[in-house]
Amino acid sequence: MSQTTGLIHNKFGDGLVFTSADQLINWSRKNSIWFMTFGLACCAIEMMATGGSRYDLDRFGIMPRGTPRQSDLMIVAGTVTLKMATRIKRLYEQMPEPKYVLSMGSCANNGGPYWRYGYHVLKGVDEVIPVDVYVPGCPPRPEALLYGLLKLQEKIQEDRVLRRRGATVGSLAGARLDGAADTPPAK
Amino acid sequence: MAASETVVNDWDARANDADDMDEMVLNMGPQHPATHGVLRVELRTDGEIVKAARPHIGYLHRCFEKHCENVDYPGVMPYADRMDYCAAMGNTLGFALTVEKLCGIQVSPYVDTVRVVMAELQRIASHAVAVGTYTMDIGAFTPFLHLLRDREKILDLFEWTCGARLLYNYNWVGGVSHDLPDGFIRATRDLLREFDAVTYPELLDLIIHNRIFVKRLAHVGVCSPELAISHDLTGPNLRGSGVARDLRKDTPYCGYETYDFEVCVGQGQYGPKGSCFDRNWVRVVEMRESSRILHQALDRLEKMEKADVHEKVPKRVKPPKGEVYFRTEAPRGQLGYYLVSDGNINPYRVKVKSPCFTAMSAFHHLAKGMMIADIIALIGSLDIVLGEIDR
Amino acid sequence: MDPRAIHETLVAKFGDTITGAFLEGPSPFAVVAKDAIAEVAAFCKASPDLAFDNLMCLSGVDYPKETPPRMEVVYHLYSYTHLHTFALKVHVPREGPAVPTVEGTWGVANWHERECWDLFGIVFTGHSDMRRILLPDDWEGHPLRRDWQDPEYYNGLHVKPTVQMAERALAGEVIGVGPFDFTPANRHVDE
Repeated sequence: MSQTTGLIHNKFGDGLVFTSADQLINWSRKNSIWFMTFGLACCAIEMMATGGSRYDLDRFGIMPRGTPRQSDLMIVAGTVTLKMATRIKRLYEQMPEPKYVLSMGSCANNGGPYWRYGYHVLKGVDEVIPVDVYVPGCPPRPEALLYGLLKLQEKIQEDRVLRRRGATVGSLAGARLDGAADTPPAK
Repeated sequence: MAASETVVNDWDARANDADDMDEMVLNMGPQHPATHGVLRVELRTDGEIVKAARPHIGYLHRCFEKHCENVDYPGVMPYADRMDYCAAMGNTLGFALTVEKLCGIQVSPYVDTVRVVMAELQRIASHAVAVGTYTMDIGAFTPFLHLLRDREKILDLFEWTCGARLLYNYNWVGGVSHDLPDGFIRATRDLLREFDAVTYPELLDLIIHNRIFVKRLAHVGVCSPELAISHDLTGPNLRGSGVARDLRKDTPYCGYETYDFEVCVGQGQYGPKGSCFDRNWVRVVEMRESSRILHQALDRLEKMEKADVHEKVPKRVKPPKGEVYFRTEAPRGQLGYYLVSDGNINPYRVKVKSPCFTAMSAFHHLAKGMMIADIIALIGSLDIVLGEIDR
Repeated sequence: MDPRAIHETLVAKFGDTITGAFLEGPSPFAVVAKDAIAEVAAFCKASPDLAFDNLMCLSGVDYPKETPPRMEVVYHLYSYTHLHTFALKVHVPREGPAVPTVEGTWGVANWHERECWDLFGIVFTGHSDMRRILLPDDWEGHPLRRDWQDPEYYNGLHVKPTVQMAERALAGEVIGVGPFDFTPANRHVDE
């Protein structure tokens, strides 16, 4: 996974023009999150139901894509097993930047009900990939998943695209996998 | 007495075949939009024709049987729910009946009827997901939305009764967790009325008798009855091949012998019997039969007086030392539980015979000679849920 | 046929290889000598009286505390023609367990036996494809044995839950961030 940033990516200071540009860019990015359907277990059924007609995801601009190469978000829905963990890492690496991960359900958050005696269950998908939003529940209701996606939209809105990273509030922005390129987030 | 035949591993045998230097090994999954979960299928293809297929499972192995040894009997129920997550009522019903058989608990007719209502509603919901996602795999997106909309209404009923949409922990050893709320019977009748009048005919018209759907599936994935029995295909997969066996009729439980319904069998009306179309057809017709059973069960509930659903639930579930194998007709086939108890509060061993596991064991036989797109049709027609295969 | 009659048919054909039976109880079974199971299985399927054409389930069970310590392979059979069920059991030692395969009789045994090998370590001699089915190919050990201990790591991933996790789960923890906490943007002034 490369560290290449574009010519204008994270280059400019805060100011009227670039803050507005960032807001516009982030607004358009957050309203068309295309996610990779990474349904593993029961949470996948709730994810499908969220995409169905009652809890429509399409009205948020959120669309399922089958392939990681065309998606912004990976919703890890279901239990991650040790056999699957290497594949998750590979799929994460196949997603183009900027990418986000939403861990749906308690199994993906921390192993879930299988944490204690599950010898083949990975105790949380954040052992292999960095996670942006955790949605608890077993399975989370479609409304809970929608809330998680709205939180992710808030996170994307605060992102710094053209402006330099650094002086930010909290740890919401600036914490990425390739943290070597950024200053450490203010704690 | 003939000795049993030796089985040859055709995957490795083909690898040494010098004629097929043009073969390509194609990998499907484990992340794939149409494998109904984390299934990996390795295909040896000659162009578009599949010469050999090898499914790999285990990407969702969540150690259910190990958990059963370490938690007590009521604690097994949530784990049992999560095996076949599209039809959770069936799993817990099976386990509850198994433990009750070993303990010798007989529940009241009221609880039996409530269990039948929940099981049949779950059957309709599960077949809705199966048929909906199957048509989505084949390429028709609309039936998926229609069926999921109707499934949401069934999930509303479940949520009204026990609070959960998908994984309920509803069937307990000795009873059920929540009694039916007031107004449930009327709401279910409204749902069934709409189902019988609108959803079911619409499904038949839109998809099942649709010429494109028929042409796509009628000659694909034909499974003979001998192969089906030998590889322990059960449920709609077996009945699609023409074998009219249904556990609700053969070894009835929960009072199924008192209900009037038919066993749906694949007719082979558009092609050879046992094709993907027939298996799908059986699921669709079973939805209508479930609706019939539900009408009868609701009639009974109206006449019965309410009983305490926790009456026979023991304070501590401690079956005597022994073992039992009990099977129920889950929406995906015969779900069997082999329970060994040593008299403690934890089970000693629980082995689950999952209908999808045995259905996948026949996959490599059925997949030979198909085209790659038909592999998708075959996987969907077997209606597999990886949570149940891998447990 | 009732279980007693089935047992008598088997004993009449195989004599001493049927070493035991338990015919009371909800699931009657007969114990078969380990090396004869393939012949007994073929007979069960081919015989017109028994006609056990369907293997419902094949399970392994571990009994380390019995005397002598043993593992069992349990075959649950069903007949689609006569609609009767029966079970066969085979006792295997816990060290170096090996049983002849029955996959020539019932095709589904291929996968069931692979799972038994995977989780218990029972080798099925003559099997066409004896490899793991549920666990990864480089997994060490057989987890459903009663003496299984979770390893610390598998290829760098935690297998055993960490002490931290266990303490939090068993002792309880108050988590500060939940669905009703406010985001920084609209946090209340007096907080």
